[in-house]
Formats: sequence, C-alpha cells, structure tokens
Amino acid sequence: MHYFANPTHFTRLAGRIQQWAGGLAAGLLIAGLYLALVVAPADYQQGETVRIMFVHVPSAWMALFCYSFLAVASAVALIWKHPLADMAAKASAPIGAGFTFLALVTGSLWGKPMWGTWWVWDARLTSVLILLFLYLGYMALWQAIEDGQKAAKAAAVLALVGAVNVPIIKFSVDWWNTLHQPASVLRMDGPAIHPSMLWPLLVMALAFKAYFVTLLLARMRMELNLRRIRALRLADRTS
Amino acid sequence: MERIVEFMAMGGYGTYVWPAFGVVLAVMAFLWFASMRGWRKSELDLRALRESRRQEEIAKE
Repeated sequence: MHYFANPTHFTRLAGRIQQWAGGLAAGLLIAGLYLALVVAPADYQQGETVRIMFVHVPSAWMALFCYSFLAVASAVALIWKHPLADMAAKASAPIGAGFTFLALVTGSLWGKPMWGTWWVWDARLTSVLILLFLYLGYMALWQAIEDGQKAAKAAAVLALVGAVNVPIIKFSVDWWNTLHQPASVLRMDGPAIHPSMLWPLLVMALAFKAYFVTLLLARMRMELNLRRIRALRLADRTS
Repeated sequence: MERIVEFMAMGGYGTYVWPAFGVVLAVMAFLWFASMRGWRKSELDLRALRESRRQEEIAKE
C-alpha cells in the first residue's frame, strides 16, 4: 500500500488501471443497455416502466457508494494527512453528485407513471435530495477557500458530518412510511428479484463502478498535476 | 419497421423510459469528457511549464 501511496508510483499505475477500467466500463455499459432494454422482461405490474430500474437503482447505489468513499477518504486525509486521500475525496465529489442527480431524475420519471406524481416529500426522496446538496456544498467549499490545506480540512469535516445521512437514506424506507419500495437486492434473506431482472441490474451496476474508477483516477491525476503546477509557480515567486 | 415502432413505444411508457435512459447517458458522457479534457489539459500545462523551466536553466548557464 505504501508503495502506491507515493504520487509518482500512483501516476504510473493509475494510468494503466484507468485504461482498463475505461474499456471495461464501455463494454459493460453496452451489454447492460442491451440486457436492460431488449432482453429483460417487462414487469407484470409495472409494465415497461420497470426498465427505468436498470438505470435508477445503480445510480442510487453509486450516489451512496461515492459518498461513503468520499467520507472514508476524508477521514484518512484528516487522520494521516495523506495528500492522495484528499485528492481522492475531492475527485469523487462531482461523480457522486452526477449519480445523485440521475437517481433523482430517473426516480421522478419512474414515479410519474407508477405513483402518479413526479415528487413527494417523503423520507427517501428528501434524504437523497439532501445528499445532492451535501455534494454541492462540499464542492463549493473547495472552491471558496483559497488555501489548499485549509480547504481540504474544512471540506473533510463537512464530508464527515454529512456522512450521517448515508444510513438515513439506506434505512429510510424501513423507518418511515413511504411510497418508495424497500430494498429488493441488498437484504438479509437474499435478493427478492427474479434472475432475469437481477442480471441486467448487476451488469449495469458493474458498468457504473468501472466508470467511477476511470473518472476517479483521471480526476486524481488532474489534481496531482494541478498541485505540481502550483508548486512550480510558487517556487518561482519565492526564489 | 413495426417492431421498431413497438420497441420505441415501450408499451405506452416510451415518454418516461427513453428520457430516463437519455439523461443517464447524457450526464455520464458529459462527466466523462469533462474529466478527460481537464486531465489532458493539466498534463499539457505541466509539461509546458517544466519545459520552460528547463529552457530557463539552460539560458542561465
């Protein structure tokens, strides 16, 4: 682990992984779209709208996964002060914000025909909306504070405070009355979803994961370059 | 032709299903290209800066 914590080693390895993950993401996404739109059967209750699930559910999983990743990276950055940790946290925020936005929009497009409304202020939907604002606030905080180290610290604290929202989202469907259906894949007694729908869902989820890895690495390498540029310019001014 | 029309109709829910898939692909493509462009630009900027440093060093000597 320490070997790859060195930024130079990281850059070299990241470049290689980024290419593989990018290819994997593209391949899985094409396969997943085909499975979701053509192969998977329509639901006996929800008809063809059930296909929205294949983008909605993986988006929502990624929204939570990215935030958990961001919070853990922030904790590592605060405790061990490793520069790659706060770069990882910073790099994951726009990706997480994108997926949270997608979970909300696709949920809305699914809600209209099935629940008869685009939006309800219930626990699940509201807590996911708060998650989107957390991402946006986190990104704004990085922008607002000029001193890089201070920005990293403030953003990390915000990320950790906001992490309380993650279990609230996950269990909101069990704790409160809601229109939103409870978990059908990640549950204690095994998935309650037919394999013909589970497979496309898992392929799409894997595609989104590979996509996350690709973008995370690209953004971390960008951040590393930007810091090197800043350091070079700073060395100029002081000499 | 008929099969394509039927596929596009999505059992009458085409106006919900297609925008859902469309927005997902649009946002994912946007983030992808924005991230890749940003990374490539930073790579070129850093290389240019290092090259100009090297030229300055040579000029000093």
